[in-house]
Amino acid sequence: MYAFDYQRPNALAEAAKLFGDGEDASYIAGGQTIIPTLKQRLRRPSVVIDLGAIPEMQGITVSAATVTIGAMTCHADVAASADVRRAIPALAALAALIGDPQVRNRGTLGGSIANNDPAADYPAALVGLGATVHTSQRQIGAEEFFTGMFETALQPGELVVKVVFPVPKRAAYKKLCNPASRYAVVGVMVAETASGIRVAVTGAGPSVFRVPAMEAALTTSFAADAIKRIAVPAADLNGDMHATPEYRAHLIGVMAARAVAEIA
Amino acid sequence: MIKVALTVNGTEQSAEVEPRTLLVEMLRDKLGLTGTHVGCDTSQCGACTVHLDGRSIKACTILAVQAAGRNVTTIEGIANADGTLHPMQAAFREHHGLQCGFCTPGMVMSALALVERNVGKAIDETTIRHELEGNLCRCTGYHGIVQAIAAGAKAMGR
Ligand SMILES: Cc1cc2nc3c(=O)[nH]c(=O)nc-3n(C[C@H](O)[C@H](O)[C@H](O)COP(=O)(O)OP(=O)(O)OC[C@H]3O[C@@H](n4cnc5c(N)ncnc54)[C@H](O)[C@@H]3O)c2cc1C
Ligand code: FES
Ligand code: FES
Repeated sequence: MYAFDYQRPNALAEAAKLFGDGEDASYIAGGQTIIPTLKQRLRRPSVVIDLGAIPEMQGITVSAATVTIGAMTCHADVAASADVRRAIPALAALAALIGDPQVRNRGTLGGSIANNDPAADYPAALVGLGATVHTSQRQIGAEEFFTGMFETALQPGELVVKVVFPVPKRAAYKKLCNPASRYAVVGVMVAETASGIRVAVTGAGPSVFRVPAMEAALTTSFAADAIKRIAVPAADLNGDMHATPEYRAHLIGVMAARAVAEIA
Repeated sequence: MIKVALTVNGTEQSAEVEPRTLLVEMLRDKLGLTGTHVGCDTSQCGACTVHLDGRSIKACTILAVQAAGRNVTTIEGIANADGTLHPMQAAFREHHGLQCGFCTPGMVMSALALVERNVGKAIDETTIRHELEGNLCRCTGYHGIVQAIAAGAKAMGR
């Protein structure tokens, strides 16, 4: 690791100011991605700004229509929250499948979505449930937020403050875990929301995406059989040592069918 | 340099560290607590597992300054005051939960956190294997570790 300065502001405005003042500043949330990156000397920030003391970024609030989760909430707290488990059980279940217990005790919602790893789980939840990201500057719909592999709509210095998830009528998330890291080889969130059926896929492409053909078929008939013959083209999918694009395309169908079967 | 004060195994400790110093480096190099091991550079092996305010974390993936003012428990902090082993440690010895022993401090700390997290729930083999995902062992094949944790949990009254 290269040397850097460390700051721990306790207000949003102060964090943004420190970021602007730094030559090459970086935020740190749970550190589960940034610290390994720093260890490999892939980044060389002049200052690391810890988001752990900013009150607006903490906590979970649940109302009849929404679940609001502060950016600094760790995955273990989402998984264990009785309120989240009651309102959106699929969201709590998704959080419980991220990485391992130690990672879940540190890694945060804000860090996960700001990083937008193509194999991360939360992007499927945000797009599948039609969530809204509240930043230090504006509100961004989930589909506009995730713009590409490791890319988001966030401007330099802009912070994810919280995410608001509308409570769906029903939802389920299924993933095939990478056996070593537990990241998603393919993960699919299927949800029936106020704005219709949504199917969101993570792990398979450069960034999370919806499958309109499956959504239409499930709107006509909400059953695993309804999507049996819908193939997602492999051409745009990821291929690596874990899985070929063709295998990932196949897995989308399998995971989607399992998710539908769970809640049909 | 930053002065970091924190409680380690019930004792207040402090040391001068760089902002980039990891918690595991502070524990091992500044405080002499070398029971917490470093097995990888990629945050995957769990040999460095300690408890931060009662929750298991990887001490190689948190800056020492981020633990300032908080409570850290390491493998050195769990035996009884008279030096006899904690029931979970004793179970690892009894059930062949280790061979070379490199992963063992992390395994034991993860096992204790697992027992804490599952109050009121069955600590069966499936639970143990699922919750050990953050700890790798190159020697044992895990079978003895899983048996040790089941027996250790029982010995702890679970
Ligand atoms: C062994 C291992 C296994 C894992 N397995 C999985 C898995 O199965 N599924 C999965 O989804 N994830 C997995 N992860 C990732 C992990 O769960 C975290 O979500 C991820 O590391 C990012 O969250 P963080 O809080 O640690 O962010 P950090 O590492 O602190 O930050 C990541 C990036 O986001 C920026 N950032 C952080 N917070 C904000 C914010 N509020 N606003 C703007 N920018 C911000 C930082 O500047 C940095 O660039 C795994 C990680 C490890 C180490
Ligand atoms: S040394 Fe911390 S996870 Fe390997
Ligand atoms: S006993 Fe050798 S690594 Fe586990």
